[in-house]
Amino acid sequence: MLSLSSNGIAALANVTEEGSVVRRLAEAGAGAGWRPDCEYLVIRDNESIPPTGFRGYFYFARPSHQPPSNSFLLDSSLNYLQAGDVVRLTPSRNALRTLYRKNSPHNFFLMTERCNHYCLMCSQPPKPNDDSYLVDEILNIIPLIDPATRSIGLTGGEPTIVGQRFIDVCQSLKTFLPSTAVHVLSNGRTFKDLNFAKSLAELAHPDLMVGIPLYSHLSSRHDYVVQSAGAYDETIRGIINLKSVGVRVEVRVVIHKLTYEGLAALADFLRRNLTFCDQVVLMGLEMTGFTKFNLEKLWIDPKDYQPYLRTAVERLAEAKMPVWIYNHQLCVLDPALIPFSRRSISDWKNEYMPECNGCSRTGECGGFFSSAKRRYSDHITPFTN
Amino acid sequence: MASVFKEEDQFEPVTGSYKLLPFRFSRLDDKRYVAVNECGEHQVLRPLDLETFVRGKLSPHVEHYTLLKAKHFLSDSSSQIGPDLLTLKVRTKRDRIANFTSLHMFVVTLRCNHSCLYCQVSRQSEDRIAFDMTEEMADRALDFTFKSPSPAIKIEFQGGESLLNFPLIRHIVLAAETRNLTEKRDLAFVIATNLSPVTDEILEFCREHNIYLSTSLDGPEDLHNGNRPNPTRDSYAVTIEGINRARAILGEDKISALMTTTKASLPRITEIVDEYVKQGFHGIFLRNLSPYGFAIKTRYYGQYDSEEWLSFYRKGLDYIIELNKQGIRFSEYYTALILRKMLTPYGTGFVNLQSPAGVGIAGIIFNYNGEVYPSDEARMKAEMGDKVFCMGHLLKNTYEDIMLSPALLTPLEESIPESAPMCEECAFLPYCGADPDYHYATQGDFLGHKALSGFCKKNMGVFRYIIRKLADDPDARRILESWVAW
Repeated sequence: MLSLSSNGIAALANVTEEGSVVRRLAEAGAGAGWRPDCEYLVIRDNESIPPTGFRGYFYFARPSHQPPSNSFLLDSSLNYLQAGDVVRLTPSRNALRTLYRKNSPHNFFLMTERCNHYCLMCSQPPKPNDDSYLVDEILNIIPLIDPATRSIGLTGGEPTIVGQRFIDVCQSLKTFLPSTAVHVLSNGRTFKDLNFAKSLAELAHPDLMVGIPLYSHLSSRHDYVVQSAGAYDETIRGIINLKSVGVRVEVRVVIHKLTYEGLAALADFLRRNLTFCDQVVLMGLEMTGFTKFNLEKLWIDPKDYQPYLRTAVERLAEAKMPVWIYNHQLCVLDPALIPFSRRSISDWKNEYMPECNGCSRTGECGGFFSSAKRRYSDHITPFTN
Repeated sequence: MASVFKEEDQFEPVTGSYKLLPFRFSRLDDKRYVAVNECGEHQVLRPLDLETFVRGKLSPHVEHYTLLKAKHFLSDSSSQIGPDLLTLKVRTKRDRIANFTSLHMFVVTLRCNHSCLYCQVSRQSEDRIAFDMTEEMADRALDFTFKSPSPAIKIEFQGGESLLNFPLIRHIVLAAETRNLTEKRDLAFVIATNLSPVTDEILEFCREHNIYLSTSLDGPEDLHNGNRPNPTRDSYAVTIEGINRARAILGEDKISALMTTTKASLPRITEIVDEYVKQGFHGIFLRNLSPYGFAIKTRYYGQYDSEEWLSFYRKGLDYIIELNKQGIRFSEYYTALILRKMLTPYGTGFVNLQSPAGVGIAGIIFNYNGEVYPSDEARMKAEMGDKVFCMGHLLKNTYEDIMLSPALLTPLEESIPESAPMCEECAFLPYCGADPDYHYATQGDFLGHKALSGFCKKNMGVFRYIIRKLADDPDARRILESWVAW
């Protein structure tokens, strides 16, 4: 697992940065000098004399010379950082957080930690505090991102809960990153307001999709899983509104003890009522956040729900709805489902278990969330051939 | 921490809080009812369960409560989104009406070299002038065709034996393709033919222009030859040879066959299906005789009734399902299109199961002489001397005159099932449609008394049989579901 933040950076010279600042990294010979006013040059050896003109300098080895102002020594856990990456630097707390990695296909921005759901298996438990600085920061990050980035995710909390500022972020993404796909993880409820859906549609973003969870064909079960009465109706209305104005929608289902038995009925419901959705994603459970507290309510060995999963996938595929399976290990999947499996776990938290040693197919396997150490299938078996 | 989470019962509907959403119900068999909503979702119920449900006394904890709720037969205190989804589904189901006419049939000649006993219209004549469509007429018909707002245009060549006037077919195909350079419709061509005039030159033309062929195959050799006599008494051999040549040049999927059920067919359903399997087809359309044209004159139509045909159909469907269970992928197309109405949110383009009636809207036919009819059956009626359905003439009337003529609008208005006695309360209405031609031919009015209607009896029998198969035989259900086009 990659370490995305550090509280152990050390200033090597006087610091002129105030509070928290968003900075991009440059390296000699790799895009250095593109916008040096907001760039930090990464220096990996302790001898070279750095060129002047950069906002600051990150060293991975204590330099043999007196470094210029805004020079910091980073710990080695951050040495994956490279030119084009974007970080938040808070010198007063010796803190650095990686916000964007140019080489990662999994860059997500947390828009807010506030949410109107309280899902039993939430991996990012909501907090009610005012965190509007997060959107300010995202609006600062976007202009620094490499326009060749394939995709950017917006997540939360509930990213649309910030209202018009959500639209502002999408507008900024379109302006600065017109060829970058945007994937929004939303519960869809805010889009029950058709005008809000329209304001997103009117941006005419060329490649934006909203991923919206639906856990059951039955309102009471969905509302129970997300711990919010009335959520089901608002989510479905949101999906209908988004599709009616031409915004692409993905339906996401997390599979656990409360949802696996209803998968086939949910698939039937989707293909009858929401066939116009652009894709359906059936996902394994992440062992973090609230899941830890509700483990007994939620845990089922993925091996044991394969027949249900297979029926659901077949029924969706039969109705020509694109369907994918995320977060599953190849060795527990019904072999008929392997073509539907996608590697989707963000690279920085994707791992394999000791049982995987010697497996010849880890390269195509969905793998595990690093949090899966807590609980994973009893049926992990390496492929050998 | 765990205590901050609420238990599931706090989200469940209040018992007895539900309201009924619109649906109809009918007897399915001795023991059961079937309830069907406006968008075609159905639920089989025992009489007591239906009564409990309708009286508002169904417990949220029984299985069919959740089934009825998920299919939007009821709306309860935990969800009110049902009516919105129903609205959406009804709009999807009826989407095609807005697209208007897709199927345009051109009768390029009435001449034919066969003298089929059930044939509806053709003439054993060499008189090209009297019975062939002219190029001028074909051009006017194309003007008319491209006035349709439909994004998909299918042009079907009919006869007589259409290939006896292949030069005109070639003219129409080339002219339609030229127009389509600017029209940019999804344009398709089908030639209905007995294949006897087919040559490699014709087939090459079909290949170059991606034209589909539709032929007739009634079953095994003796049955086919008996139903469809030609002067050389070898119509079966000619058909099979034509099918094989067509496949060799056009590809396997470019030719389909239709069968017509005669009295001689009735005891031979398994042989008929076997013949289709043997010839490499992946399905069959079990089609009953229509009360039109020479079929009426020769008293051919009255040879069997709806009940006899239904028994033939049921045996056929059972046999086909059995073949599937043995691993042979084969479907019955009439069942498949009804299944699409039952099991998907979509409608079908099948002319005889539309409301309002599909005649003139889903499909329209240009007779060789320039007269425009709402259906193949209607122009056959006209060949028998009754021009009640004649919408106008390509040289004398405008598109607007023809599409708004009383000969079309009156049958449409008078036959709408939603306002027809017996139909309006029938559970099967969302699967069914209006057939003003049939009811005019058999009862003398466009609506028809449904208690006396063979159309009604046939279709109710088919709907009931399919629903029972779906409900009672899980293996058959999987097979039937696999026939559905999504």
